[in-house]
Amino acid sequence: MFQRSRSKPGDIKKWKATKSGQTNRAKTAAVSCFFLRHWHPTSSDNDDGMAAAATTSRSTKALRPHHILYDERHLAVQQTLRKIIDDKINPQVRDWERDGIFPAHQVFKTLGRVGIFAANKPQKYGGLGKDFSLSIAVAEELGSIACGSVPMSLLVQSDMATPALAEYGSDELRETFLRPSISGDVVACIAVSEPHAGSDVSAIRTTARRSGGDLILNGTKMWITNGEQADWACVLANSVDNSDIHHNKSLICVPLHSEGVHRSRRLEKLGMRCSDTVQLFFDDVRVPVKNIIGREGYGFLQQMKQFNDERLVTVAVALAPLQKCISDTLNYARDRRIFGSTLLDQQYIQYGLAELQIELEATRSLLYRTVLARLDGEDVSLLTAMAKLKVGRLARKVTDRCLQVWGGAGYLDESHIARCFRDLRVFSIGAGSDEVMLSIVHKHMRRC
Amino acid sequence: MRILVGVKRVVDYAVKVRVKPDKSGVVTEGVQHSMNPFDEIALEEAVKLKEKKLATEVVAFSLGGPKSAEILRTALAKGADKAVHVQVSEAEAAKVEPLHVAQALQKLLEKDKFDLVFVGKQAIDDDASQTAPLLAGLLDWPQALYASKVEEGGAGFLKVTREIDGGLDTVKVKLPAVLSADLRLNEPRYATLPNIMKAKKKPLQNIPIKDLGVEIKSQTSILEVSEPPQREAGGFVEDVPALVNKLKEKGFVKN
Repeated sequence: MFQRSRSKPGDIKKWKATKSGQTNRAKTAAVSCFFLRHWHPTSSDNDDGMAAAATTSRSTKALRPHHILYDERHLAVQQTLRKIIDDKINPQVRDWERDGIFPAHQVFKTLGRVGIFAANKPQKYGGLGKDFSLSIAVAEELGSIACGSVPMSLLVQSDMATPALAEYGSDELRETFLRPSISGDVVACIAVSEPHAGSDVSAIRTTARRSGGDLILNGTKMWITNGEQADWACVLANSVDNSDIHHNKSLICVPLHSEGVHRSRRLEKLGMRCSDTVQLFFDDVRVPVKNIIGREGYGFLQQMKQFNDERLVTVAVALAPLQKCISDTLNYARDRRIFGSTLLDQQYIQYGLAELQIELEATRSLLYRTVLARLDGEDVSLLTAMAKLKVGRLARKVTDRCLQVWGGAGYLDESHIARCFRDLRVFSIGAGSDEVMLSIVHKHMRRC
Repeated sequence: MRILVGVKRVVDYAVKVRVKPDKSGVVTEGVQHSMNPFDEIALEEAVKLKEKKLATEVVAFSLGGPKSAEILRTALAKGADKAVHVQVSEAEAAKVEPLHVAQALQKLLEKDKFDLVFVGKQAIDDDASQTAPLLAGLLDWPQALYASKVEEGGAGFLKVTREIDGGLDTVKVKLPAVLSADLRLNEPRYATLPNIMKAKKKPLQNIPIKDLGVEIKSQTSILEVSEPPQREAGGFVEDVPALVNKLKEKGFVKN
């Protein structure tokens, strides 16, 4: 597991040597965003001699504070991902967006070899066995992909369709479905929502009835990201005959090349254009009973837990595009001349961008705090719901306000700001809508 | 065969460099740095030689300030077995010249036996292209610079191909030798997540430069660093005769 630097006494000392009066954690959170791309952490470890290198420069600016959540390995991972994204992904995004599809198997293989699906997965099945902070670091960097679709698709594989399998699945099930998902040899999807049950997960109608050693699935699943190209789905279905809607469902690994699986045509959406979203139909689809993940009847509870990871990576992946919107808009406003001065000379623009930057920074801090709490073993469903709501709302605000600054140039279909405007809108809907987040927060408030 | 690979920390190639207001150099503070791309190619080739069982060990070397340790970690993540950091202060780092690096390498090679020193053909910050030939000169070792292909050349030899004007030059070089890598030698791999994690556990040795007896004394002095001149906006002409007239007017074409 990662040793988090904040807990080491040496760091605090180093930190106090530079500035005093505030806690390590609070201060690093405040500066983390602006320098995220630029600063290089000093080492906190004494075992490999890097600390010696750091201490020789006491008089220099090398003594910048540690990141609240990441150590130099997280940052090295982000650097390598950034390079791959710049070299192999971003040059193709425009074509994929135009074509309404991207080659998932090819991209997953490239990135799977590098290890992006492996972060917190068990080593026994090709994972790295690290903690969730590495998943968050990966998700955050995937946000530098120049569209919303591809990172969403990748995160479905790493943190939406596989967490329950990794935690509760049998060895055989993990060998069959988890290992190739981690390596990127197969594409996975998560099938929970239905035409009649999105936010109200317990109301799903898909059934999995026993027939000898098999389950027979019937029903339909909606809004399935990766659905056209996926090889297997993690399906939530009613498998137990009882009226307790929270204990009659199971998560089931379903190979999508099975007989009786039908996929709709690709759904056309407002944004996320190169993502293949479909409706799945199960018509007497037969899978072995052993494909149930963990204990039968516990699927709903597993899925609720799985949703927490899904929501946290959703927050993480939104940070980079939102920062880019704000930064690009600032640069545009600086160059854009109007009525004898620049747009950025207008106080209205200055204050507007400052407000957005503050909110983004606050959201980032909430995410890091939530992840730290999760790493400490706390129940983070409340903080997660808050962060998810905040990022969905903020995505709408940032993209709308920034687009307005760009005017006609931002309204063009191919502008980055327009792509963010339409892609990030989904963050108030997917992975639990704003209203679901609000109801979670409200439930927690009532409990107190 | 043991290979020592030189890797330098430079301003990232994607950064648009800015000249400091006092014209003493370029702004490096708060700017993304990474491994010199030509050194990455040298490292990749060394790791490939190890994978082909032609080399037994690859050691990464860097001379620089404290932050050079990050570049060495990257080298370890990309396949180097060990790393050596010859440390200088931040102030000295700004004054390092190829000769100092060559001298430090020479001293290291006196203590530790290597069969091959491999560096990039040049660093993208100063573009000096001198470290490899200076080192070969100091050691009196054969050199094969600007390598575009490296192959086994029989016992104790390497066959190195170099791209030259009008063709390819093939050199049989006796080991120990100094090599430098050209752009088309290979395409460096990306550091993978598992290897980044493992890199943390690989040995990284720190050697203060004074322990090697090398003094960072400038051989050159920088008089001034300035931005390239701004290109003036061009104009449009109606047709070819107008263009010719314009060129004659400006004295670019003789009558």
